[in-house]
Amino acid sequence: MSIKKISKQQPKTFKFNEKNMELVNKIKHNYPNGREKSAVMPLLYLAQKQNDNWIPLEAMKCIAKLINIPYIKVYEVATFYTMYNLAPVGKYHIQICTTTPCMIRGAYDLVDILKNKINENQNELSKKASCSWTEVECLGACINAPMMQINDDYYEDLNVSDVEKIIEKIMNNEKPLPGSYKGRKNSEPVSNRKTLINNKNA
Amino acid sequence: MLRDEDRIFKNLYNDNQIDIDTSMKNGDWQDVKSIFSKGREWIINEVKSSELRGRGGAGFPTGLKWSFAPKEVGSRPHYLVINADESEPGTCKDRDILRFEPQKLIEGCLYASYAVNAKKCYIYIRGEYVKEGKILQNAINEAYEKKLIGKNASDTGWDLDIYIHFGAGAYICGEETALLESLEGNKGQPRLKPPFPALVGLYGCPTIVNNVETVAVVPTILRRGAKWFSSIGKPKNTGTKIFCISGNVNNPCNVEEEMGVPLKELIEKHAGGVIGGWDNLKAVIPGGSSMPLLPKKICETITMDFDSLVENKSGLGTAGIVVINKDQDIIKCIARIARFYKHESCGQCTPCREGSGWMWRMLERMAKGEASKDEVDMLFDVTKQIEGHTICAFGEGSAWPVQGLLRHFKKEIQKRNNFSPLIDSNKNIPYLIDQHLLEKDNA
Repeated sequence: MSIKKISKQQPKTFKFNEKNMELVNKIKHNYPNGREKSAVMPLLYLAQKQNDNWIPLEAMKCIAKLINIPYIKVYEVATFYTMYNLAPVGKYHIQICTTTPCMIRGAYDLVDILKNKINENQNELSKKASCSWTEVECLGACINAPMMQINDDYYEDLNVSDVEKIIEKIMNNEKPLPGSYKGRKNSEPVSNRKTLINNKNA
Repeated sequence: MLRDEDRIFKNLYNDNQIDIDTSMKNGDWQDVKSIFSKGREWIINEVKSSELRGRGGAGFPTGLKWSFAPKEVGSRPHYLVINADESEPGTCKDRDILRFEPQKLIEGCLYASYAVNAKKCYIYIRGEYVKEGKILQNAINEAYEKKLIGKNASDTGWDLDIYIHFGAGAYICGEETALLESLEGNKGQPRLKPPFPALVGLYGCPTIVNNVETVAVVPTILRRGAKWFSSIGKPKNTGTKIFCISGNVNNPCNVEEEMGVPLKELIEKHAGGVIGGWDNLKAVIPGGSSMPLLPKKICETITMDFDSLVENKSGLGTAGIVVINKDQDIIKCIARIARFYKHESCGQCTPCREGSGWMWRMLERMAKGEASKDEVDMLFDVTKQIEGHTICAFGEGSAWPVQGLLRHFKKEIQKRNNFSPLIDSNKNIPYLIDQHLLEKDNA
């Protein structure tokens, strides 16, 4: 269960824009007739995307009306799942994994850098208000540990100086290159690969 | 070592392209019509006799699971749900299938849906896999364009629609009934079983839930034959499996090997050995964080398959191997896993909701040497109170790693936490002692 703060400053209204309204109708059709409730998760994502990566309470009310379920049911879902941000986050929101496979490869050294460079506290904005960070549980890229996610992208095989460089870049509003920072391809061994050699050389 | 031509996921490292033409050239979507012409029973039987066991962790025979779906579609439609909510620490195999071998998964969905009479398939991907989801959606669109799925899929007369549904960062949604709850638009809290999803699942309809890897190997099994698949590996533990080797090894990687491959071979040959040499090995978690760890002595000889790991009081789980060397504090490692479970408990059952926090806090103190010596046995007692007393297997998943630590490293914990509790020293410090412990004095 996630414990989340809900922002004290809330916009007065929320409406899906025209393009997203089309998507809303499309998403509703992914589920059988009368089961529109299933669309609550994708619609929350849509609202989050439209509203600078966080979901205001008004958006939940709007979604509740669109799929005809009580507002509290939307609230329940939005507070249960960790990926819905209920308070503003930075334009670059960093999620750093510190679960055991990442921890034993030095993830907490990277956390120290985030604390130094962005904010002492999780989920709070940096001075220039463009970045925020949070410690998360396993992101499912354990063989590329330690790793972190910035918005939609995975940054893998990191060390202290890589993270320093990445943060410098996003502070200057540049997008760093996602993927492995050890120069390897995806999940293959860094060296001495023993399998699928013909494929590699093809 | 498994020969390269026997590997199913030839694009595991993305040496080729992901687009559908390349995949088809490399063998995907071949002979679909002739396989369909052999009929539903043949497909189920072939999967049964291949002895394929589910790759999501529990190792349930897949063919048997498919045969649980009602033979005829009644008033309620059937559903196929693919579990791509990969979030077990140490595991990242499904990610590579989703992004590099999506056509194998989609083709597998077609056979599986036909076998269980489902015309709609939902793929539930964990929310963090944004890119993987995009690649898969793209692959699904390509398959629709080529008329491989959709109405009259691959000219077989069977209709199949596939939809992607993103999770949002809840580990518990990897449990099949929690996944269904989440798919229905609720918070992901597991349901009581029975009834099993095969009879009452998504929207109350018969539903078969399979792991990504399980479904993705099916097309190859049907093409190359159950005999070929069951000739690899060991009896009852057949076929190939993607192992994820992470942690303190020189070359962490994903590799597809045969079931029953020695753990030492995986670590030494494919992952470049333990950092600091084999003698620097402390312990290995063999199947994702919820499986009990194995000390070095067992790691020397153990083979990686369901049955031999169970014999050693552990399990294959998802085959996410986490190698821990002597530079790490083993108590801290397990304490961190306990914190993971405390964070991810859905809060439905009290033993798990409260117990996972207890285990975490006790282990944190034990790592610092702040626990008294009788707490070690108390910790074991807590794990026993959780195990078997919850709705879903999360209870076991959180208790087993702690039990594994106590089984193999109890002496180390005791050495670090070797003082008597305050109550024994008869010091009268009421604010430091739980009052109920003083009851003797009160009586």
